Amino acid sequence: MNNELKVVHGVGKMSYIPHSKEDRTEMLKAIGIKSTDMADLFKCIPEKLRARSFDLPSGMSELEVDKTLRRLAKKNATDLITFVGGGFYDHYTPAAVDAVVSRSEFYTAYTPYQPEASQGTLQAIYEYQSCICHLTEMEVSNASLYDGGTALYEAAMMAMRITGRNKILMDGGVNPIYRKMLESYTSNLSIEFVEIPVCHGQSHRDEIEKYLDDKTAAIILQNPNFFGVIDDHTDISEMCHAKGALVIESVYPVSLGMLKTPREMGADITTGEGQSLGIPLSFGGPYLGFIATKKEYARKMPGRIVGATVDNEGRRAFVLTLQTREQHIRREKATSNICSNEALCALRALVYMCLTGRGGIKMVARLCMEKTEYAKKKLSKVKGVEVKTSSPTFNEFVIRLPKDPNEIIGKLIDKGFAAGFPLGRYYPDMEDYMLIAVTEKRTKEDIDRFAEALEEVLWN
Amino acid sequence: MELIFERSRKGKIGGTLPLKDVNEEVKVDPAYLRSRDAQLPCVSEPEVVRHFTRLSNMNFGVDSHFYPLGSCTMKYNPKFTEKIALLEEFTALHPLQPQLLKGAKLTQGALEIIYNLEAVLSEITGMAEYSTHPMAGAHGELTGVMMIAAYHRHKGNVRKHILIPDSGHGTNPASASIAGYEVKAIPSNADGVMDLEEFKKTLNEEVAAVMLTCPNTLGVFNPHIKDIADLTHEVGALMYYDGANLNAIMGKTRPGDLGFDVVHLNLHKTFATPHGGGGPGAGPVGVTKELAPFLPVSRVVKKDDGTFELDYDEPLSIGYIAPFYGNFGVLLKAYAYILLLGKEGLIEVSENAVLNANYLKVALSKYYDLPYDKNCLHEFVLSVSRQAEKGVRAVDMAKALIDKGIHPPTIYFPMIVKEAMMVEPTETESRETLDHFIDVMKYLAELAEKEPELFKDFPKTAPVGRVDEVKAAKDMDVACLNDDSL
Amino acid sequence: MIPGELKYTKEHEWVRMEENEVVIGITDHAQSQLGDITFVELPDAGKDVKQSDSLATVESVKAASDIYAPLSGKVTEVNTSLQDTPEMINQSPYGDGWVCRVDVGDKTELDGLMDAAAYEEFIKGTSS
Repeated sequence: MNNELKVVHGVGKMSYIPHSKEDRTEMLKAIGIKSTDMADLFKCIPEKLRARSFDLPSGMSELEVDKTLRRLAKKNATDLITFVGGGFYDHYTPAAVDAVVSRSEFYTAYTPYQPEASQGTLQAIYEYQSCICHLTEMEVSNASLYDGGTALYEAAMMAMRITGRNKILMDGGVNPIYRKMLESYTSNLSIEFVEIPVCHGQSHRDEIEKYLDDKTAAIILQNPNFFGVIDDHTDISEMCHAKGALVIESVYPVSLGMLKTPREMGADITTGEGQSLGIPLSFGGPYLGFIATKKEYARKMPGRIVGATVDNEGRRAFVLTLQTREQHIRREKATSNICSNEALCALRALVYMCLTGRGGIKMVARLCMEKTEYAKKKLSKVKGVEVKTSSPTFNEFVIRLPKDPNEIIGKLIDKGFAAGFPLGRYYPDMEDYMLIAVTEKRTKEDIDRFAEALEEVLWN
Repeated sequence: MELIFERSRKGKIGGTLPLKDVNEEVKVDPAYLRSRDAQLPCVSEPEVVRHFTRLSNMNFGVDSHFYPLGSCTMKYNPKFTEKIALLEEFTALHPLQPQLLKGAKLTQGALEIIYNLEAVLSEITGMAEYSTHPMAGAHGELTGVMMIAAYHRHKGNVRKHILIPDSGHGTNPASASIAGYEVKAIPSNADGVMDLEEFKKTLNEEVAAVMLTCPNTLGVFNPHIKDIADLTHEVGALMYYDGANLNAIMGKTRPGDLGFDVVHLNLHKTFATPHGGGGPGAGPVGVTKELAPFLPVSRVVKKDDGTFELDYDEPLSIGYIAPFYGNFGVLLKAYAYILLLGKEGLIEVSENAVLNANYLKVALSKYYDLPYDKNCLHEFVLSVSRQAEKGVRAVDMAKALIDKGIHPPTIYFPMIVKEAMMVEPTETESRETLDHFIDVMKYLAELAEKEPELFKDFPKTAPVGRVDEVKAAKDMDVACLNDDSL
Repeated sequence: MIPGELKYTKEHEWVRMEENEVVIGITDHAQSQLGDITFVELPDAGKDVKQSDSLATVESVKAASDIYAPLSGKVTEVNTSLQDTPEMINQSPYGDGWVCRVDVGDKTELDGLMDAAAYEEFIKGTSS
């Protein structure tokens, strides 16, 4: 190692180390190292096992790094008016959400292993779990999972544990990204997946019935599904329960401001992506996976769970509970390997749900739907564009274009629009189709201009 | 404290909504609608902010408290990296954007950051390539084990077991098991490292991989690590490196040079991104050249013209393990941290982390048992067993520390040490803080000797006293649902 | 404290013979090691078990322990009251805290179990 470099940069300047040179000398002495060479601390690593290279650039000042990263930031275009969704949406986040999560008492804490030193985090998670239960009308929720896709995978594993079966029916309307994730995670396990394509955008009852049998652990459904279509899965749940299979419903939390809840539809396990609840898009994460279920299955659920209890004086207190499910106790027999989750994102979602509240979440959902209906009407008037209307939708819908959607999307980017998502990417028989998402942030003017731009790039 | 639900009064609302500027009305078949409103709280913004500010005051965090939680690397989280992560050009970026035609050109900055971060992590750990997709350490482990499984499938190997020392993190056996492997635990020897003879006895051609933490959870570097790697490779198995303890060795040794094939890192530990009260983290996974084809998709590739794009066409890849490219917000902070510190800074990090740990270990060994009295690296494990004879157990010591304004070390882990207290001070703590901790621990050891009965009442000054965990487990009150709706 | 009429296993289960059936529980020593029991996962009545199979799980706040079948046979009855009052195992490990009844197939398996005196010696040997 080059000791001179260390001197040039000074002690504690950029590595956030508070020691003075004298401190280090005295501390080395205290532990019985006579030299002033910090390298002597590493004598337990045999010479032949030392790093063969450590060729990194030297450190920079805050100002220099700031310039470097701002230069990179400018290479990202975020001034586009976006109609891209696909399960990840551009909703508005109230400023108070950012204010609360920027408190370092929250963000510099670890997992609340010591309840007496972590009541803030613990109570917040308990309140988050409660809000998820209210939104979905399920009975128990965990403290969060990584994202909606891993939540769905955990739900499938959970259903197989509960039923002792290993066949999963997968509705074709489930987000194709999540289906790919499940495929990866289970490739070393013996699980039979049966994919059931949708019919007019909704779940295909007859086909489901055909493949549902007493080996089926669960069916995985999504509402609204990837095409934005809403459904009432009550009848499918009845069919599944009659065969002893469970129902897993992946949901979009903002839509639950209005739509039928997983519980009302008979779901046993509910999962979803919580990004729409006040979490920025952030190029794919960190997001928030949620999972909720019935009380009888709580002990089969993965991840942390916070419970309410009392302290030694009978005061209300919160603590991580049912920990015997988890990896730090049960090791290879744990319900999941998850340790770190997305606690700070769960806090964001909680604050968002508190600020919007029971009236606000309904209004956000309604605004999304109303603006979507307007967009459908507007786009259906564009020459050559066909808006699919066979089934009702929430805030996303499918259009068919007379030209290659990829090309159209490329041209619309030049006009300042992120137009939507080409479905051919995940559905080979839908090459001509595009998925359009509308949130409460899009104005009438945005939609009008988008329709005009689409007409223009199609025909000019 | 009062729950937010208990502050709720009908008709209150906290946020504002954008104007309704279209005339459409929603006409949906009621069969698709919920019959009752979601019973979320109704509270105003000032009430929400006060509620959560008060809750935050009931937490210990690194900004306010010494937090020597072993294996968790609770170092200071630089304010600069938090600031950078708030830039809208990063936070507002839609992850599907680069998958649109011409879309990659709209996300060049983000793709370049991922590409560069993968390169610096490769150099720091001596691996060939990285994927930033795993969203936490355990997720990185699972991804790593899935790659190991894919590698053996590709080679036509039939492998059933993964070997893990009994001192390993609980996530190791859990990850191995959910990826479809049977776990075999290898005992530790008197030096606290995996017993080489026991290991040799268990190692055979049914073994898929060996999962190790190095230095291990006792903070001890296994001098035979290369021999273990060689033996493992001889039977065609792979070496997995749990990177939770990387803070001990930066610039000194590298998993790649030690013979490891797969590595995961915890950016929220070594690279100073905040833990967030339990997440989000980031657990990038690095591999040797031989294993690179199995990395998850997508990969960020650099084209001849210097631009970046996503590559999904990797036939041997294990596929998608995340919806997109990992916890980008966390990756960005870690990258900024590495740029700030650079080569010399990262070396200083490990040197000072090890200095601080040894300084505490030497001082505390006068008052507490040290079952494995070896040169430690970034952390060490005390035993409270001497005090336990008087009735003061590790948990009691932990609660006493809370009263003294110090977050307790990790307790009862690793499981091979009785009444374990695992101490990891990190490099960002001053000598004054360490000296104060020594004084407090000395005082508590003396108190345990003289008045052990006092400990059962600690903590006395925390927001709540000792919490009834038995009641919590039996009652299973995990959500406030006392409402008319459910 | 160790009832003389019962048989014991090294995994700290006890067995009481009642004609063709046996009653199974965990010993006082086992419950005191576990601490406050918060949950018991019981097998379904009618389940066939083999000696040394996992039969049930008892959980405390920080540990989960399997109860292994001391003998092979068919589970005929489980103590469902443990679902609501798992603490019964702490309070009355040899009485109301019984876990299940098993219709024994091969009675010779009983010969492999310890009597009270042997179990007492066994505990002394393990707790040092």
